Amino acid sequence: MPRREDIRSVLVIGSGPIVIGQAAEFDYSGTQACRVLREEGVRVVLVNSNPATIMTDPGVADATYVEPITPEIVESIIAKERPDAVLATLGGQTALNTAIALHEAGVLERYGCPLIGADVRAIQLGEDRQLFKGVVERCGAEVARSSICHTMDEVLAAVEDLGYPVVVRPSFTMGGLGSGFAHDEETLRRIAGAGLQDSPTTEVLLEESILGWKEYELEIMRDHADNVVVVCSIENLDPMGVHTGDSITVAPAMTLTDVEYQQLRDIAIAVIREVGVDTGGCNIQFAVNPADGRVIVIEMNPRVSRSSALASKATGFPIAKIAAKMALGYTLDEVPNDITSSGGLRPPGTPRTASGEELREADRWYSAAFEPTLDYVVVKVPRFAFEKFPAADPTLTTTMKSVGEAMALGRNFTEALQKALRSVERSSSSFHWREEEAPSAGMARALLDQARTPTDGRLVLVQQALRGGCSVQEVHEATGIDPWFLDQIALLNQVAEEVRSHARASAGGRLTPELLRRAKRHGFSDAQIGELTGLSESVVRGVRHALGVRPVYKTVDTCAGEFVALTPYHYSSYDEETEVAPRERPAVIILGSGPNRIGQGIEFDYSCVHASLALREHGFDTVMVNCNPETVSTDYDTSSRLYFEPLTLEDVLEVVHAERQAGPLAGVVVQLGGQTPLGLAAALKAEGVPVVGTSPEAIHLAEDRGAFGRILAETGLSAPRHGIAFSVEEALGVAHEIGYPVLVRPSYVLGGRGMEIVYDDDTLAAYVGRATHASPQHPVLVDRFLDTAVEIDVDAIFDGTDLYVGGIMEHIEEAGIHSGDSACVLPPFTLGRRELEEVREATRRLADAIGVRGLINVQFALAQDVLYVLEANPRASRTVPFVAKATGVALARAAARVMLGATVAELRDEGVLPRDLDGGAMPADAPFAVKEAILPFRRFRTQTGQAIDSILGPEMRSTGEVMGIDAGFGAAFAKSQLRAGSSLPTQGTVFVSVANRDKRSMIFPVKRLVDLGFTVVATAGTADVLRRNGIPAEVVRKHSDGPGPEGEPTIVDRITAGEVDMVINTPSGRDSRADGYAIRAATTSLDKPIITTVQQLAVAVLGIEAMRAGPLSVASLQEHAAALDLFGRDGADPSTR
Amino acid sequence: MTQHPVQDRADQGGAPGVPQEAVLVLEDGRVFRGEAYGAVGQTVGEAVFSTGMTGYQETFTDPSYHRQVVVMTAPHIGNTGVNSADMESRRIWAAGVVVRDPALRPSNWRSQGDLADALRDAGVVGASGVDTRALTRHLRDRGAMRVGIFSGPAARRPHEELLRTVTEAPRMAGSALAAEVSTDQAYVVSPPEGVPTRFTVAALDLGIKGTTPALLASRGVRVHVLPATSTFEDVRATEPDGVFFSNGPGDPATADHEVGLLREVLDAGLPFFGICFGNQLLGRALGLGTYKLPFGHRGINQPVLDRSTGKVEVTAHNHGFAIAWPEGVPTDQPADTAYGPVRCSHVALNDDVVEGLRCEQVPAFSVQYHPEAAAGPHDAEYLFDRFTQLMEDHRAQA
Repeated sequence: MPRREDIRSVLVIGSGPIVIGQAAEFDYSGTQACRVLREEGVRVVLVNSNPATIMTDPGVADATYVEPITPEIVESIIAKERPDAVLATLGGQTALNTAIALHEAGVLERYGCPLIGADVRAIQLGEDRQLFKGVVERCGAEVARSSICHTMDEVLAAVEDLGYPVVVRPSFTMGGLGSGFAHDEETLRRIAGAGLQDSPTTEVLLEESILGWKEYELEIMRDHADNVVVVCSIENLDPMGVHTGDSITVAPAMTLTDVEYQQLRDIAIAVIREVGVDTGGCNIQFAVNPADGRVIVIEMNPRVSRSSALASKATGFPIAKIAAKMALGYTLDEVPNDITSSGGLRPPGTPRTASGEELREADRWYSAAFEPTLDYVVVKVPRFAFEKFPAADPTLTTTMKSVGEAMALGRNFTEALQKALRSVERSSSSFHWREEEAPSAGMARALLDQARTPTDGRLVLVQQALRGGCSVQEVHEATGIDPWFLDQIALLNQVAEEVRSHARASAGGRLTPELLRRAKRHGFSDAQIGELTGLSESVVRGVRHALGVRPVYKTVDTCAGEFVALTPYHYSSYDEETEVAPRERPAVIILGSGPNRIGQGIEFDYSCVHASLALREHGFDTVMVNCNPETVSTDYDTSSRLYFEPLTLEDVLEVVHAERQAGPLAGVVVQLGGQTPLGLAAALKAEGVPVVGTSPEAIHLAEDRGAFGRILAETGLSAPRHGIAFSVEEALGVAHEIGYPVLVRPSYVLGGRGMEIVYDDDTLAAYVGRATHASPQHPVLVDRFLDTAVEIDVDAIFDGTDLYVGGIMEHIEEAGIHSGDSACVLPPFTLGRRELEEVREATRRLADAIGVRGLINVQFALAQDVLYVLEANPRASRTVPFVAKATGVALARAAARVMLGATVAELRDEGVLPRDLDGGAMPADAPFAVKEAILPFRRFRTQTGQAIDSILGPEMRSTGEVMGIDAGFGAAFAKSQLRAGSSLPTQGTVFVSVANRDKRSMIFPVKRLVDLGFTVVATAGTADVLRRNGIPAEVVRKHSDGPGPEGEPTIVDRITAGEVDMVINTPSGRDSRADGYAIRAATTSLDKPIITTVQQLAVAVLGIEAMRAGPLSVASLQEHAAALDLFGRDGADPSTR
Repeated sequence: MTQHPVQDRADQGGAPGVPQEAVLVLEDGRVFRGEAYGAVGQTVGEAVFSTGMTGYQETFTDPSYHRQVVVMTAPHIGNTGVNSADMESRRIWAAGVVVRDPALRPSNWRSQGDLADALRDAGVVGASGVDTRALTRHLRDRGAMRVGIFSGPAARRPHEELLRTVTEAPRMAGSALAAEVSTDQAYVVSPPEGVPTRFTVAALDLGIKGTTPALLASRGVRVHVLPATSTFEDVRATEPDGVFFSNGPGDPATADHEVGLLREVLDAGLPFFGICFGNQLLGRALGLGTYKLPFGHRGINQPVLDRSTGKVEVTAHNHGFAIAWPEGVPTDQPADTAYGPVRCSHVALNDDVVEGLRCEQVPAFSVQYHPEAAAGPHDAEYLFDRFTQLMEDHRAQA
């Protein structure tokens, strides 16, 4: 059936900022959906508050609203745009919840724009646990025994029946937020209490424990004609008890017989029919008892999910794209399988081979109504960020805690597993066979005990326990991991010992081709082989190349080789035959950024994707190398070729070699994917690989303190006083010379890892001791900390002659908070013309002196009218997409062109960049864009179940960002704070407790809040100051004082009781640290706004004023760009307006 | 689960167990190397690849794979071991198996033994560690062809000698194999306890899989499984409500006896259902031709369109031959035959191969693929209901 003609415009709801449990996969799926809809001639209206996405690029939708995803704002968009339908199944739980709220408020009906893809009834059946239980039972399948509870009394009654341990799952939360295992009443009360609060329906489910069962997931598609296909089966290596997002997962399922697999498939199909997901993708999770095969249905998501992104990348079957076509009315058999088809709809007319003649090339058309089959193994490994949250409990539970993931493909499990482990870029996550750490039998027992608790890195414990002599059976009993997987790990230990003993037995540790091939077929890296043989990685590689042992590249083709694949989506393997095709156009290899992590996320993928698109349009074949399955960069049609590979030197060099064999190579781009590729720049250059754009030497100039100091001297710019220390003594010497406070950090880091502000000798000595112990070859940088400075961020492009300033951003918070966690504004809201010129000139001089060809990001601090350079990074920064959205200029595309030789002048002529203006000289009436960081504190709990501290500092901890854009600064800021469940209050009670140094600055903003009708409560000291200034304030007891004699509550009690709508708490000295922590923890738990700096307070008041002035208005980026008109398309010079 | 120490069977890739080498020689001269797997020795058959990711045991015990060397595209084979419940016939029929990574040992609660042991016990020569994807691509591009697996001492014979062994073996085209795999004696599969017997069916065993009579029986059908050499008298002796022709190996063009038998069934107006080889025979009985596909359809992910409902079913396939639709007649139009018009009821979505026939004037239909699955999805199981419905309608008319 052809597509529905009644749908001419569709509102697509995105998923908002990257948070744990909802990451870049929804940019990938949403972008695919928008593209499909536009190809079908549908007008696409998009709402997504996340500026770092590809989907919010103005070219992806017809009207792009970078606005908060709340029911009220989305209603305004619907009222303005009047779409024919709403597509909410591709934007994660955020979109789905918003759609349900719109439905319940009658908005969808009022405006006549029904949901497509899944209706409300289906969403409710899939997501409401009680209804879903009924669905499963009607399908003749089982769910875990369970009970729905709405109060703590019901919870306690239910557990009497179910017995401990029980699983607690709040309804309608994403990423399993708030769920967990309770082994006793105390933990039950804690988890269920929080769960009742987190659930929008105040509902939790208590469930019998199926801990230790095998866990599987099927990804399914259905069309409105009731055709159903299973796209992928996924088996979790970690058994039940660990959230699937935190599990190591394997595709296809490895340990099911066909009888069992078909049983899961039958149940899945029956459930999707019963739920009534009439079109689109969904996933369903199963637990299987390893002892008798009993199957329990755990849950289903009636929407595209993280797993469907993984399944799409694992199989080559683009679930989101096909789901969008299904939503428009197509059936699966009408839509082509892109990987093997030449495109278009099913060709009509004569059958092609019905009478036995050969299939002609032009007849290559295969439908999407089939089930992909794999001739390789896919392994996904999660990436965690516990080092950023030392207080958080690192035990893995049913609440997702990982911040990203890496995927690898291999021709067998061992190859895929070892590649995936090295793809997450932590040396501690890869297996090792260091002789000095060989576990004794006793140590192996201890490791086994540790491995009983699932944690990040448990698999290495398992490997070491096996290495130390524990049997597969023992490890299986301790961990529940299927013996099949454990056998594979034991095999890796065996191969490792073969390599070691062989190298030892032969004179001079000779590596034979047979030995190398055997190790390589099991995924051993050159570095691992080097460790086993006592050779350096580069010597191993040299020998290997001399012996001709190189990987081949196979193709992901959905069909295990049955049909010819037309899409070059490759992965390496040490097998016989390579499938890399020769090519004629020069290739540019773009190195991506690997797994998402704090400090290196989707913003870098954004730049890589843009570079690829721009260069493809300009005569190059682009070759993407990346290992992150969530991203747009690893979509098989983003680049001319995709290599799904780890971003290590070895893996990248092999891709370079393969592509050099295939045709001319223009060079490798390392400057767009963040620190991961940047860290390879020098080594690639040393291996004779051409690096395009800013040279590795120039990159070094910017990163090396000494060299950068000389550049500053040359250019006459100042930096805060600083020094370098290799030891505690040196550090103390530096600090005494430049004076406290000092900012200390290890060199060569991204995201402010390990960065601290230090006020005294003892803390400094302890810090430097830790840092130099961890990494003796890298020194510690000690900088004078400018504690009252205004921070400024600049993104610019330099071509050797001309500078194009992409944007100048002013941070709202003062220096000392990591730029990634700090809210910022473009254009700057307090800087004058002279200061902006000074920033521009300083950026130009730096770019020139460093030798930048492409992007540069500079961070400045303005203190007492002196501009200091904090750092300069000759690469794409995480603000590039924000700047692009705020100014309407495709900065990353332009930068990629400059890297390959275009000039700024040429790009201005072409219209890629504005002819005269730039983002550093915005017109006076330019809208304000505010970028705000999203922090994951609510995700984590300490081992005793307390909330972790939410205070910001020089170490980055945000997972994502949102953008608020509006003509007024206050409204833009208000939008940046607005999201479901949390926003600035427009009335109510605020609690104020500020440090002494901040008391002066708080008076006017707090006065304004009182004028606006807020009630103020404050601790005694703050209240005194307020009252002396004529501001009424109610005194509340400090947390540390405890409740009063008459039971008067403390501030923490009042926050917990929900009586406080906003908390203003600037951290002061040590004495009140415990109080501050308790206040912030209570506020974070309730997801109420918390303000921790006076600068935030001032702008928050502006935001509140804007919200009280009337409903926030909405405008699309296209409208903003037309009004801003940097390109001067309406003829007038906008700077004169 | 059976317990073996991990070291018990060394990884097939290498050193300590000193694996024996294996060499694959294709009739066009291409050679692949690997290690011996299963029995050591030599075997020659038609090289075919199967793309199913589950169900290797069902595949290897499917009589349709008689005289074929099966290349499994899924890299890990043997993970779930073997068990008595998943045997589709009394033995392994594949003439040889080629895999990339055999399991170190089985891990599944249903497992009763190790696949490698089962292959060795059955004398089935295999090879592991082979670049099965390269081999599959070769077969896809060049078409199915004969292959020899030579392992142990046989692998060290000169290439020319090995190649000659391969090229001197019989080809699949022109081979009549049904009699080689069929049962010697008729036997009866009765409905399970509690299921009343509604029909009796005479099922001609041309290489029948165990699941087929089981699925019929579960629908109240008493199934008389008859040897391939049975006559119409033998069929009539069972007093059948319907006749069923199974799947099986070989070239349908050689099956003259069975085609003759089928014509008698059609002449008698008995309801008929055929699967796979049985479908090709219905085609021949109607006067349609058959041809050999370049490399066949073998896997459990093949989409088929049911023309009568417009719905797609994902199905198990295992066929190297197919029915040739008459030149000049579109497949959505009926073709005239001696038994009246026949419709192409099902087509393969990937290449429009005729996947099913439905006669309009005689009570007969058939499908090229495998509604009994095993291995594979159960989407097409409704065809067994169509068969019982056909018998029901026929009885009502009579």
